[in-house]
Formats: sequence, C-alpha cells, structure tokens
Amino acid sequence: MIEFKSLEKTYIMGDETVRALAGVSLHIGRGESVAVIGPSGSGKSSLMNILGGLDRPTSGHYFFEDEDVSQFDDNQLASFRNRRIGFVFQSFQLLPRLSAIENVELPMVYAGIPRDERRERAAELLEKVGLGNRMGHRPTQMSGGQQQRVAIARSLANQPDLLLADEPTGALDSQTGQDVLALFKSLNAEGLTLVIVTHDLEVAAQTRRRVSFRDGLIVSDDHGTAS
Amino acid sequence: MKPIDLLRFAAGAIIAHPMRSALTSLGVVIGVAAVVMMTSIGLGAQQMVTSSIGGLGSNMLIVSPGASRGAGGGFVSQGAGTGQSLSDDDAVAIGAQIENLAAVAPTVRGGAQLSAEGANWNTRVEGVTPDYLLARDLTIESGRMFDNREARQGRKVAVIGKTVASELFGEADPVGRRLRVGSVPFEIVGVLASKGQSGFGQDQDDVVLAPLQAVRSRIVGRRVRGDNVQTIYVKAATAEDLEQVQEEVTNLLRERHRIRPGGDDDFNVQNMASIMAAMTATIKTFTGLLAAVAAVSLLVGGIGIMNIMLVAVTERTREIGLRMAVGAQRSWVLFQFALEAVVLSFAGGVIGLLIGVGGALLMATLAGWPMAIASWAAPVALGFSMLVGLVFGAYPAWRAAQLDPIEALRRE
Repeated sequence: MIEFKSLEKTYIMGDETVRALAGVSLHIGRGESVAVIGPSGSGKSSLMNILGGLDRPTSGHYFFEDEDVSQFDDNQLASFRNRRIGFVFQSFQLLPRLSAIENVELPMVYAGIPRDERRERAAELLEKVGLGNRMGHRPTQMSGGQQQRVAIARSLANQPDLLLADEPTGALDSQTGQDVLALFKSLNAEGLTLVIVTHDLEVAAQTRRRVSFRDGLIVSDDHGTAS
Repeated sequence: MKPIDLLRFAAGAIIAHPMRSALTSLGVVIGVAAVVMMTSIGLGAQQMVTSSIGGLGSNMLIVSPGASRGAGGGFVSQGAGTGQSLSDDDAVAIGAQIENLAAVAPTVRGGAQLSAEGANWNTRVEGVTPDYLLARDLTIESGRMFDNREARQGRKVAVIGKTVASELFGEADPVGRRLRVGSVPFEIVGVLASKGQSGFGQDQDDVVLAPLQAVRSRIVGRRVRGDNVQTIYVKAATAEDLEQVQEEVTNLLRERHRIRPGGDDDFNVQNMASIMAAMTATIKTFTGLLAAVAAVSLLVGGIGIMNIMLVAVTERTREIGLRMAVGAQRSWVLFQFALEAVVLSFAGGVIGLLIGVGGALLMATLAGWPMAIASWAAPVALGFSMLVGLVFGAYPAWRAAQLDPIEALRRE
C-alpha cells in the first residue's frame, strides 16, 4: 500500500544543511502494524510528516496505492490527509472551544459531509472509543486518556487507510497508555493499517513490525510478532 | 467543504469571545453611526433650508435699499437695508414697466405692542398692499384681506396671524373686533391661514398685516420718511422668468435712481432661488466634510479589526495547524478568517446603522429639523462595513493560510 523509494529530506538551517532522511526505501502493506523507532534527530519525525502528507520529500518518491504523493500540490495533499490519513498526536490537538463530538466532526466538515450525517457518525465513533456519555464535554473537562480517545475517534472520522500516531502515549500515565494501545490493537485487528512513531520501546513492542532509524537511515527492520 | 460550515466556524470563534468581539466591532459601530448621523443631519438641514426659503414665497425677488452712508462724506456704512432709497413710486414703476410679473408688494415693518380686550402681545407689524398675499403665498382663513381702496386711504384695518389671534382672543373669532397697535386702534378684518414655523425658528403666524400708508405714518413713524418703503417683494410669473425679471428690475431702479454706469447700486435685488442654491451647496460641502471625518473613524475601526485578527491568528496557530492536518485547504483557512473579520465588521455596521438612525432621529427631534435618512444610507453603510472587514481581514487571513502545518502544530 505504501512504498518509499530512496526518500531524502534536507533542511537548511542557517548555513548548515541537515539531512533528516538520507535515502530511505520502505514498503508497508495493508493491515500491518508498524512502530517507527529511533532517538530524536534520527529522522523519524521527518518520515512521519512525509508519510502523513504534511511535508514533501526533497527527492525520491512516495507511492500511496499507485499515486505519487511526493508530486501532490497543497490542495491534493490537504485532500489526501483528509481522506486517507488519521492523525493521533502526543498532545491530542483537540480544539478547546469545541465539544468532543464537534472535534470528531471536524475532518468530516472538510470532507463536505452534511451535518446530520457527520453528527451521527461522530456519535458512533465516540461510542466505539467508550465515550458515548461524554459527547458534549469540552476537552478541558476530560482526562488525558479521554482526550486521546476523542482524538482517536476524530482520526477515524473519514475511514482512513492509515492511522498515523506520533508518541500517542507520551502524555499519558502507563495505565491509560496501555488502554490507548489496546484500542489501537483492536482497530488494527479490524484491518486498519497502523504506524506508531515512538522512542518508547515498550510501546514499540506492541506492534508486529519495528523499523529503527538512526541518522536518517533505517538501521533495522524487525518483522517479529507482537509480544 | 460547504460554505455554511465556514460561516459556522467564523460565528463560533466570534461567539467564543463575546467581549473581545464586541470591542473589536466597536470601531466600525462608531464609524458607521457617525457617517449615518452626519449625512442625515446634512440632509435634514438641506430640507429645512429648502422649506424655509420656499416658505417666503416662490419665484421671489426681494428688493431692499442699499446701505445708507452717514455724515462725513458717506464713508461710514450703516449696513444693508438701512438706506431709504426705495419708494412707493419705485414699486409702481416696477409693476407698470416690467412684464411677466405675478405681484409687486412694497412693505414697511415695525414692532409694536398690541392690546385687545385686556390681553396684550408684542409682535411684528407689516405695512403692505393687498398684493402682498399673492407675493408671499399667503391665504386668508377667515374674514377678508383689506382691498386696494382701503390701502390707499390708509384705513386702520388689519389682518392678523394665527398666533396673534390666539394670544389676544383665545378661541374666539377675532374678525370684526378692535385691536390697538401701540396707541392706534385698528379693526380686524381677517385672519391668515397658518404657515407654521419657518426653518429659521421664526413663527410666521406671529404677524399683523395692515395698509402700508397707515403703518408708515402711524406706527413706524420716525424711522421711515414720506413715501419710503423698506422691502419690495417682486414675484415673477414663472421660475423661468426670474432671472430676466431680476435684470430688468435692477436696470429700471438704476435708471430711476440716476445711477451712472459703473456706479454702485443703492439697492439690492436678491433672488431667493439663487440664495437657496448657494445655501444648499454650502450644506452639501459641510455634510461631505463631516461624513469624510466620520469615514476616518470607520477606517480606524477597520485597523482595530485587523489588529485583533492578527492577534487571533497568532493565538490560534495550533488550531490552524490542526485544521490543515485534518484536511483544511489553505483557501478554506483563508476564507474562515476573512469571514470572521467580515462578520465582525458587518455586525458592527448593522449596530452602527441602528445607532446612527436613532441618533439622527434624536437630533432632529431636539433641533426641530425634519427627519431625513438618505435612502442610500442603509445599503452603503452595510456594504462599506463588509468591505472594511474584507480589506482589513484579508492580510491576517492570508497570514493564517500561509502557516506551515508542521510548525503550527508544534507551537505552544
């Protein structure tokens, strides 16, 4: 489903050129669960940004089901993020002004789904992540674990092909972190492709495949089964 | 996405900070209210001038004596109308020698204390000929006007205005009763129909009309000699004749007063239509000036909106990043913020319009002017307030749309 071909990403910082990705080739199949691991500065964040369509590679190609995402313009990327990708962030990134259900509706608004339909679907998704009784709550009225579950419900709004999580348990205590990972696992079991970017090896141990980065290159690709 | 959802987002952001939104709109509220009020006041003043000058009588020339020159070589001017250069004969000559006239009415006037049946009142007394009614567009409500014969003989008969009638006689019919003007007894033969307040705040019904000869000799007395008159009202047959008549009256009077070519007139001929045009032009200039000053405050209001929108974009950087991450195109972010500015500004415009209309109504009531709101005030005020929002919201919205989603999401 996902094919990276000699992907490179360089940044210019002052008069120094930083090579965040130094020629990465990678294949991820439909239904896989993958952890991308590595220390900070290893290039895993750059990889995630390109994978999620937030950024374009400096050179190389990114094929998503035969479409070359690396050639997309801004509007195509926006639409790609909207329909294909579900993002889950470390800091949840919920809009504080909106209620839980309105936050979940947001991607569907940009997809042009009528109000009644998206409200119904957002309610279903909140039920699914166990927040059926919190729909009208604001993010500030919820615990971290609840907020992250709202964010997961939001990521699923437009039935994405890929769930992309960036340190999803980084801001949670270990018990709620485990609950969130369990939720990911069950979503993966339903067939959703899952990529988790993390530096936490315990989190990485929950996925079936682990890709390690260092200095912009893949140093190991471990297809061992989840523990 | 659907436009209605853009509007929902914009409205949601505005409602989320009601106090801030209200203060942001305030500049536009004040600007629009000021523009509406200023133009309304100007228009009201214009209507007032039109009605008050029109109230003097239509197609009217007012001939008055020039300034008299006192002793000492005639160097010290005593002001317009103080001369005594006009006479009964001038009026007769105008009537006889100039064509296309509706009426010629020589007058003298003075103030006098009136008394009748124990009541008394101080007012203007005008010495006139019967043609005066025609010249000034006046009508008799009850009784009659004195006729030419009575006027010539200087009979002591009078026609009184409504105000005088009610002050002296209350509800009773004054026709046939006696009236003392100063110490001179007059018989009341008629009452004028009401003309109401003139635009300059003068009560046009507070007047007594009596034959020219009687008023000149018995009431004005010392100030007017022999056959002098103070004002000759000349009414042209039609508006088109007015300029021609004005020229002919001037030439005739110069000839009669033996003024050499190049010499100064010893009289003035005022054309009420041209006075009205000049006053209207002045008022329009003032209105334009006031509206321009008010428009500056609208501009300041726009800058206020821009300021707050720039703050909002900075504050909501993470929100913008998140919106882009979940699929908002740059143009949608642009529209959302631009729409926020337009809605804020438009709401300010609506409130400003209401306040402006209310203020104009209040001012008109207080000043006793006619209430006038220009028909274009509402659409222009609302259109301009939207335009202000669009112009001053454009830059902040563009800034929002240019944000890099990765950077924006990382912002604390």
